[in-house]
Amino acid sequence: MRITCPYCGPRDEAEFAFRGDATVARPPAEAGADAFAAYLYDRANPKGWHVEWFQHALGCRQWLRVERHTVTHEIRSVVAAVGSTE
Amino acid sequence: MSRIAAGGRIDRSRSLHFRFDGTAFEGHPGDTLASALLANGVRLVGRSFKLHRPRGIFSAGVEEPNALVALRSFARHEPNTRATVVELFDGLVAESQNRFPSLRFDVMAANQLLDRFLSAGFYYKTFMWPKSFWETVYEPLIRRAAGLGKATQFADPDRYDAMHAHCDVLVVGSGPAGLAAARTAAEAGCRVILAEQDFEFGGGILREPAHEDWRAAQLAALAAIPDVTLLSRMTVFGAYEHGEFGAVERIADHLPEPRPHLPRQRMWTIRAREAVIATGAFERFVAFPGNDAPGVMLAGSAASYATRFAVRAGERAILFTTHDAAYDDAFALQDAGAQLAGIVDPRPDSAAQQAARARHITVHAGCEISATGIDRRTLSSVTVRERKDASREVVPCDLLMVAGGWNPAVHLLSQAGTPLTWHEGMATFVPGTMPAGLHAAGLVAGAWGIAQCASSGAEAGATAARACGRDAVAPHLPAAGAIPDTSVMPLWEVNGKGKAFVDIQDDVTADDIRLAHREGFDHIELAKRYTTHAMGTDQGKTGGILGAAVLAEARGEPVSRVGLPKFRPYTAPVTWGALAGEHVGRHFQPTRRTPLHDWHVTRGAVMMETGLWLRPAYYPVPDDADAWASVIREGRAARRKVAVADVSTLGKIAVSGPDAGKFLDLLYTNTFSNLPIGRARYGLMLREDGIVFDDGTTSRFGPHDFYMTTTTANAAAVMSHMEFHHQAVWPELDVQYSSITDQWAGMSICGPCARAVVGSVVDLDIANQAFPFMAVKNCRAAGVPAKLFRISFSGEMAYELHVPAGYALHVWEAVLRAGEPHGIAPYGLEALGLLRIEKGHVAGSELNGNTSAHDLGMERMLKKRGDFIGRTLADRPALKDPARQRLVGVRPVRRDQKISGGYHLVARLGETQSQGFITSVTQGAEVDGWLGLALLANGPERIGTHMIAASPLHSAEVPVEICSPHFVDPENARVRA
Repeated sequence: MRITCPYCGPRDEAEFAFRGDATVARPPAEAGADAFAAYLYDRANPKGWHVEWFQHALGCRQWLRVERHTVTHEIRSVVAAVGSTE
Repeated sequence: MSRIAAGGRIDRSRSLHFRFDGTAFEGHPGDTLASALLANGVRLVGRSFKLHRPRGIFSAGVEEPNALVALRSFARHEPNTRATVVELFDGLVAESQNRFPSLRFDVMAANQLLDRFLSAGFYYKTFMWPKSFWETVYEPLIRRAAGLGKATQFADPDRYDAMHAHCDVLVVGSGPAGLAAARTAAEAGCRVILAEQDFEFGGGILREPAHEDWRAAQLAALAAIPDVTLLSRMTVFGAYEHGEFGAVERIADHLPEPRPHLPRQRMWTIRAREAVIATGAFERFVAFPGNDAPGVMLAGSAASYATRFAVRAGERAILFTTHDAAYDDAFALQDAGAQLAGIVDPRPDSAAQQAARARHITVHAGCEISATGIDRRTLSSVTVRERKDASREVVPCDLLMVAGGWNPAVHLLSQAGTPLTWHEGMATFVPGTMPAGLHAAGLVAGAWGIAQCASSGAEAGATAARACGRDAVAPHLPAAGAIPDTSVMPLWEVNGKGKAFVDIQDDVTADDIRLAHREGFDHIELAKRYTTHAMGTDQGKTGGILGAAVLAEARGEPVSRVGLPKFRPYTAPVTWGALAGEHVGRHFQPTRRTPLHDWHVTRGAVMMETGLWLRPAYYPVPDDADAWASVIREGRAARRKVAVADVSTLGKIAVSGPDAGKFLDLLYTNTFSNLPIGRARYGLMLREDGIVFDDGTTSRFGPHDFYMTTTTANAAAVMSHMEFHHQAVWPELDVQYSSITDQWAGMSICGPCARAVVGSVVDLDIANQAFPFMAVKNCRAAGVPAKLFRISFSGEMAYELHVPAGYALHVWEAVLRAGEPHGIAPYGLEALGLLRIEKGHVAGSELNGNTSAHDLGMERMLKKRGDFIGRTLADRPALKDPARQRLVGVRPVRRDQKISGGYHLVARLGETQSQGFITSVTQGAEVDGWLGLALLANGPERIGTHMIAASPLHSAEVPVEICSPHFVDPENARVRA
């Protein structure tokens, strides 16, 4: 699998570290235990398009939001965390 | 001898000598081991997996289920190698497998007497009684009886290489379709890689001498184009995402030994824009009683032995076929000098049947084979049975050619996501719509005949070239020939008395499939695993679909509804050596050395691996009786005089910027934004779920300048953790951070004389008031830039001196010179551990991913105000419960007794309810005997009580007292002295 890093260009999967679901955001500090538990543990786990965190660990060290199809592994978009509004 | 006098692709001018089961034979270059054995009249080559039935050579290719031999000996001994793909070389030595004492007389053939009890899945229903027999009788017996070949116990002397390649078009298979596709794409200007698993290019053409000129012309043209890579002896075993393919190239398998400086095999990772799969098809057999006898062979393979290898696989042959094309295979045997004793065809009539009669071959139309006869372990006759009235005739023969139809080799296509569809005419699965970037050409796509396959290949090559932005020119096609009627009568099974196998390697019969269905394993994936059908090294290439068909009939559904089990890599066996490549031994992982590594080694340190690092464990001197004597001596030097340790491996991260303090406040449970300049502070880091992640000492050198340390093991993880939270969670923070672990060396100088030693090396006033406990300062040490920290892991008065890595040795030696009058000793990782355990400092064994701040007695470090990672979930009652296993110290009641890490703490002797366990142990430098840290339920409340430290594995039951984890100087007087 290849991922196109917005800074470094197309690179082999082996250069990246995978973290997990990027559709969940850290709740505000006072949101409570249920919100933080959901942030850590509740996952939609879709069969299909998924947005997930990859870090270009062996390259520019930037965290990237990657849109990947969980069945075909097709990659639709790669956006750096820094500078993307969400 | 069964060698045909003329023809074939063998070099009769040279003879190759080889041995099989101790007997010497001769063959020629161009032979496989199988063709050479057949040429020498060897019909018996193995014994089947479960029932130890005699087996002969079944095919002429990678689909071979039977002829598994062990090649070579000692370190290069190679079990389970298919004789049909072994290129014969001079001096080859092969042994048959799975038989004792010999192929002819195998005692395990007695299994056949028990065959009624050895049906599919028998092991799920047996070996249960009596219970004690499992470990003592059944398991050892099964271990000895199971499996085929035996692996060598010696280390592999050969090297294995790895290659990464990119291309525009990867063509897999060099038959007419592959050759045409490769040439078309290459002439359009594409970079082409052509991979062929055989040692000769040509695929099906290799047994069609009439098309040899065309084959040679394509190869010559391809060899002349610079951007074409031709690779024979190369098996593409897997199709992965994004056009990535895995392949293994057998560089030296056909040589007695690899040539010097060359690897034995090479693993290729190929990234292709477009791929043309031209892998052809595998012939299938039919499940009839006795279809496993030596002498039963696939029809196309028998013809291949005749035309490519000039070997008659038998003298008196019968063909059993369900379609016309196989008749040509029978004719090839006849042309090679074999007597055709008959053709058995379940169909009433066809064009081929008439052609056969014209050759004076008896055709038994509307008939099937219902049994085989064996004499001296090889085929001697077949029973031909009329389908209408069941009348029988026994026909003598020594070769039965079976032609059930052809199954396109869709493995790579399916792995890459191509669905399979049912083809009525061919009665098999063919590829459906392919995903982008993937093309199927030739027989694998259902084309038939050299010309049609070449045309299909040229078209695929042109389409692939166009997808790469290049225009294709007119293809070079062979002359078109007559295409026979390719329709196949779907005949999967013949009923009758005796075992009708659907998997010849694993001894799975049609009855076994029906048994699986009766027992509820009616999905193809379940039936496969329950019976082990198609799970052998041949992966059911010749009989997989038979099992699906038998299952379909049992379910009353068409075969297309049952389908085939999912295709996954690898398509053929791949050696571990090829997968490991150069990553073996010391090269399995990188080795990290500290800047002082050479000094430690020269000093005679016993080095140990911690993660990727090599660190000194201890520095033995001649007077030390054993390892612990060294460690205790070093520990005592640290507690009584002065000692120095290399702590360069600790993670170090420079954190700077206006929001550096704020960032640290979010990372740590305690506050760093208020840390005064010139001070260090111990910090605790949690995971977001409230479990302790890491700890370290972070110092402030300026208003926007922090120097963070982490544990050695977590340095990389903490860095990633910081990067994620800054980039993804708090991008508004104005902070920068970089890893400087390798850029700075660190040494820890501790002991009552530490101040005197350090004071004479650095240019600072380090009197207690000028430089109190937890002070930090930039300075110069032995004339070079340095950072001095007054922090203590050992519990003694201590300093850490960090210098740029290039100056490490210079400063280390200066410290040693300054310490000599005080009796300074270097101390290693073991003594580091001894000191911190005596002091009660937690480390990796306690920060084990399960402990909370409360468990470690650090709840007061959780700041009351302000957000930090892990704050909310650390507050969950279950993580603060006193009944959790919490940090305590532990000592044997009798000081001469030993305790070990992992021992469980139980209330009394014989009790099996564990209350906790010992996490770290050491012999004491100041404390007498063994001591340790432990995590114990209600731990701190049980200080002063006695328990038993138990380990049934070590037959240990040691009475221990629970005490404070701080064995030495609990008031911290020494560190503040």
